[in-house]
Amino acid sequence: MPLDSSFAGRTLSSETPYEVGREKIREFADAIGDPNPAYRDPEAAKAFGHRDVIAPPTFPVVFTFAAGRPLLAEMGIELSRIVHGDQCFRYARPIHPGDVLGCGVSIESVRSLAGNDIVVMRTDVTAEDGEHVLTTWSTLVIR
Amino acid sequence: MSQPLRVGAILPTRTYRVTRADLVRYAGVSGDLNPIHWSDRMATSIGLPGVIAHGMLTMAFAGRAVTDWVADPAAVEEYGVRFSKPVVVPDDDTGTEVTVDGVVKRELEDGRVQVDLTVRSGGVKVLGQARAIVRTS
Repeated sequence: MPLDSSFAGRTLSSETPYEVGREKIREFADAIGDPNPAYRDPEAAKAFGHRDVIAPPTFPVVFTFAAGRPLLAEMGIELSRIVHGDQCFRYARPIHPGDVLGCGVSIESVRSLAGNDIVVMRTDVTAEDGEHVLTTWSTLVIR
Repeated sequence: MSQPLRVGAILPTRTYRVTRADLVRYAGVSGDLNPIHWSDRMATSIGLPGVIAHGMLTMAFAGRAVTDWVADPAAVEEYGVRFSKPVVVPDDDTGTEVTVDGVVKRELEDGRVQVDLTVRSGGVKVLGQARAIVRTS
């Protein structure tokens, strides 16, 4: 059954902010097989002008995925039926250990295409002081 | 920057190998426990040929071609892909290969460039519209 298009516009703010850990960044870099020292060695990161190590570009999925889950569950979408269609990140600043990040999730659109539902979910990530850190858009194909 | 920056500059080709063990590790670390990335039964039940790699893992491989090239990973201002074909990962010890090629497609204002990526697995393009906007100055 097609999803109700009135889900478009629905929003959710993450209840618990995500605190970025130094070891989590390292673990993530290991899991994507990327040995870049900027993700592990503060001195290497400082050489690029950063105050500490930075997270890899796709790291935000660690917490944005979880932030969007309740909204998808509310829409009756089972995890195993989701196939990731598109993903885009727009970065305002790098992520560092110790960042405490909140997510504002919104359903930008819901449409039907070739028997599948296509959901576009946007997540705005902000630091504790309200500074915009990044925005992601995920297009999910519900099979 | 390993090459002079101009439209048409080619990024070094990158090849990554991905096995089921890599998918299990990525699932645990990323929190994406979708069973289509570890259960053939669940993957085939929605019409996939078998367990497929997390799109975000393939996206990370492709992104590395860019971050290695620019040196400072934070020079990437925008990065987007379309997951056009699944990366099927067989249940064996060798897994499958993902190959990433990139080219500077155009110059943008403020010393930024657009890098377009071509990402293949088993000779098939698995990502579409894979591009990064990168600050070069």
